[in-house]
Amino acid sequence: MSDRVRLSVFGASLAGLLGLVLWAFVGLPDFGDYRGPYGDILNRVAVPERSTTDVVTAVNFDYRAFDTLAEEFILFAAVIAVASILRTLRGERTRQPDDDAADRHVPETSLPIRVTGLGLVAPTILVGIYIVAHGHQTPGGGFQGGVILATALLLTYLSADYMTLRAVGPSRLIELAEGLGAAGFALIGVAGLVAGSAFFENVLGKGTPGDLLSAGTIPLSNAAVGLAVTGGFVFMLSEFLEQALTRRRDRRRGRGGRSTA
Amino acid sequence: MNLLPYLVAVWLMGVGLYGIVTSRDLVHMVICLSVLQSSSYLVLLAIGYVDDAHAPVFADVPLGTRAVDPVVQALTLTDVVVGTTVTALLLALSVQAYKRYGKLDPQELRPERRLQRRD
Repeated sequence: MSDRVRLSVFGASLAGLLGLVLWAFVGLPDFGDYRGPYGDILNRVAVPERSTTDVVTAVNFDYRAFDTLAEEFILFAAVIAVASILRTLRGERTRQPDDDAADRHVPETSLPIRVTGLGLVAPTILVGIYIVAHGHQTPGGGFQGGVILATALLLTYLSADYMTLRAVGPSRLIELAEGLGAAGFALIGVAGLVAGSAFFENVLGKGTPGDLLSAGTIPLSNAAVGLAVTGGFVFMLSEFLEQALTRRRDRRRGRGGRSTA
Repeated sequence: MNLLPYLVAVWLMGVGLYGIVTSRDLVHMVICLSVLQSSSYLVLLAIGYVDDAHAPVFADVPLGTRAVDPVVQALTLTDVVVGTTVTALLLALSVQAYKRYGKLDPQELRPERRLQRRD
C-alpha cells in the first residue's frame, strides 16, 4: 500500500473516529456541571473517616488502594521489562564494536552546571521527602515524591558523571529499594487481612486530621510507594544511561570497542 | 454549553494518532503516543470539574467546601504513571530495534525487509 493511499484511508477513519468521540462528549453533562455522587460523597466523608485532608490520596491509598497496588505492579513489571530488554543487548555489544559517532566531541561538564546541579541535590531530596511524607495532608504522595527523589539522583549524573551516580546510588541498593517498596505496599494490604478485616483495610489509628502522624496506613503506603518509585525510576534511568555511557567510557580509555563489563 | 476541554481532548487524540501513523522515527512515535494519551488526562479531569469549586484538599479550607471530584484525579494519577512506564518500555524497545537493525524508521522496519536483513 502506498503512503498516499494509506494516509487517505487513515484520514477518513480518523475523521469518523473523532466525530464519534465528539458526539459522545456532547452527550456528557456540561463542563463544570458535575453530577456524579461519588466525588461529593468522598469529599464529605474522607476527612472525618480517614483523617486525611487530601482526598485524592485517601482515594489512592485507601478507598482504591487495591487498584493502586495493581498500578504499582504495572510500574514494577515495566521496570523489569526495561531491564530485561536492555540486558539482552549486553551480550550483543561485542558484535558491534564501532562507535556510532566516533568523531563526535564529548564536551566536559561545565563548572556552572556542576555547581548548580550539586547544589540542587540536597534541596531536591528534601522536597521529595516532604512531598512523600505529607501526601495525606497536602497534594503529593509516594508517586509524585518518588519521581522528585529520582530527579535528585539524576542531578548527580548531570553535574558529575555516571560513575558518581553509581557511587551515590549503587545498583544493588536501588534494586533493593524498588523491591522493598513494592513488597511493603502489598504487605500493608495484607496487614488488613491479618487484623481480621478486608485487604487494604485501614487498620491503624487515624489520629487528628492535619497531623503528620495521622490517617493510619496511608502515610506508610506513601512511603513504600515512594521508595518503589524512586528505585524503579533510578533503575530505569541507569539502564538507559548505561547504553550510551559504557561506550563513552571505553573511548576515553582509548579503546574503540564496547566491553561486556 | 462549554465544549472546549473536550474539543482540546479530541484534537490531542487526532494529532497524536496522525503523528503515530506518519512517524518516520520510533522515538518520535513514542512521543506521539504520549500526546495521544494526554487527551485521556484531559477527559478525566474535565468530567470531574465543578464550577467555582476548590481542589479536593481540605488542609486550609473548611470541610464542606464544594470541591471537584477526587476520584477522577486519582484515576489521572494512575494514568500518568502507566503512561510513563509504557513510554519507558517503548523507548527500551526502540533502543533495541536500533541496535539490531541500525534503523529507527518504522517504514524501513517492515517485516519483509527485516527478514532480508537478518542473515
